[in-house]
Amino acid sequence: MMDRYTLLQKIGLYIGVAIFLAFILLPFVEMFVVSLRPLEHLFSTPYRFWGDDFSFDAYSRMWETVPLLGRYILNSIYISTMVTLITLIFVVPAAYAFARLQFPMKNATLGIFLAVNMFTGAVLLIPLYRVLRTLGLLNTYWAMIVPGVAFLIPTGIWLLRSYLEKIPRELEEAAYVDGASRLYTLRRVVLPLAVPGLIVVSTAVFITAYAQQFLFAITFNQVREYQPLPAGLYEFIGYQDVTWNEMMAASLTGVLPVMLIFLFLQKYLVAGLTAGAVKE
Amino acid sequence: MAEISADNAPKQRVKAARRALPEAWFAWLLVAPAVIFIAVIVAWPLAETVRLSFLEADLGGEEWVGLANYTDLAESRRFHDTVLRTFYWMFLSVGLKLILGLIGATLLNAAIPGRALFRVLVMPPWVIPIAIGCFGWLWLYNGHFGLISGMLQRFGIIDGPFEFLAYKSSAFYSAIVTDVWIGTPMVTLFFLAAMQGVSRDLYEAAWVDGAGRWYRFRRITIPQIMPVIVSMALLSAIWTFNSFEIIWILTQGGPRGATTTLIVDTYKTAIGNYKFGEGAARAVIIVILLAIFSLIYLFFLNKVNRRYGAK
Repeated sequence: MMDRYTLLQKIGLYIGVAIFLAFILLPFVEMFVVSLRPLEHLFSTPYRFWGDDFSFDAYSRMWETVPLLGRYILNSIYISTMVTLITLIFVVPAAYAFARLQFPMKNATLGIFLAVNMFTGAVLLIPLYRVLRTLGLLNTYWAMIVPGVAFLIPTGIWLLRSYLEKIPRELEEAAYVDGASRLYTLRRVVLPLAVPGLIVVSTAVFITAYAQQFLFAITFNQVREYQPLPAGLYEFIGYQDVTWNEMMAASLTGVLPVMLIFLFLQKYLVAGLTAGAVKE
Repeated sequence: MAEISADNAPKQRVKAARRALPEAWFAWLLVAPAVIFIAVIVAWPLAETVRLSFLEADLGGEEWVGLANYTDLAESRRFHDTVLRTFYWMFLSVGLKLILGLIGATLLNAAIPGRALFRVLVMPPWVIPIAIGCFGWLWLYNGHFGLISGMLQRFGIIDGPFEFLAYKSSAFYSAIVTDVWIGTPMVTLFFLAAMQGVSRDLYEAAWVDGAGRWYRFRRITIPQIMPVIVSMALLSAIWTFNSFEIIWILTQGGPRGATTTLIVDTYKTAIGNYKFGEGAARAVIIVILLAIFSLIYLFFLNKVNRRYGAK
């Protein structure tokens, strides 16, 4: 009863949703339309909203214009996957310690982790460049993976910690009393229970790592074969004559992997990301 | 169970204590890898940035100049403008994200058919790489062939082509729009989750008392989700303050510095002009400004939480 809307209210709500979604989705629609139109028709005035000349030509020609496009997309996937795996290796034990154990300086350490969120790589580029050079990582995949991991560890710990805190303690205590070691308890009791949380954290880390592959790539890596998609395409956007239809086709093709992952896991992801925002 | 095992409990406790690593040691063992990693990749570079900021450093070498880099900045009109511009950028963009996020979350929270789909459709700007989204906006802002200029001409609002990114103020506001576009989905998502966490009993009680929708929104929804609004505002402010890719891809800080925020200025100085010392001084100022801003904010957040009784 309380949730019932009058017809007028309903129409108003749908108009509101339509306007809101138009703002969010319009750039995607326009990117798609551009990718379908021949270049000479794009560069024509006055502006035409629609054309009768749609074709998927740009989707086949883009592989020639951007010879390494396939490689860029695979690089993006590879870098994000590595960032996700390595982040998890660091995050899982730390998040467990913060969620369950008591130790000196616990809150201070947690505070320091959260403070890392205040920086971006852009502030630390010069010293970071030197660290990576010292470690011999410049112009390798690791030049993009290592800083990526560092800036995602805090978020990962924060997300997983709040998930672990919701798992009942009794099971661990039972295992512990039965003589299992702490490490065994963590591996065999806690981790299996935490799988949904791990999926949320991995997906969030993967998407963020995929989204932020620009700054470190253009600064720490000069090798074209290792560039992720955004950095690889950026080179072509800077040209005098941008083949916009092919660039849009390449962009949309390149975001397909991460969009698919999002669509498959969006239900868990949305619930997991916002868990901290909802009062118990 | 406790009663049954009561008589051998002490024995077990002794066994456990002998077997196990002390809790604190075990905890530190688990936390150490992450701490060391962050120390090498974030903390040490940060300390190094502070050291660099006292040097005149470039590709040629380093020389101690004390506070010279800072006094130069303190006297630079252009730098003052950059700081003011950065805060203006932050407040305007965050304000818009919060307002749009609140409107969006309210709409998506309404019990209308299709809302599950609408909730998914809000997220793409957050999912795709920031740079890719910016490529799309670059085309949208194109004066001769882009959609926005084309539409405005069609409806007779402007006479000829308008290059959005070519003029100082239009470039600034265009960059804001793109920044808002990228930041709004996350804000909307968090507000929506918070709204769904508000107990229905509150609404029903108010409804029984004859309170209208607007009254319920103002007197129940807003106060209940206030802690989330406030913490989202802080997070969003930090992200927006540090926003680099959007400005760099759209305008590279131009035209004539109109979109140069602190982070872009730092990048240009250090990476573009190889003035490592001067760049480092800017980086240190960014960190200090953000730290002060966050402290003031957290103080404020505590007050809000106390007032609205958040846990």
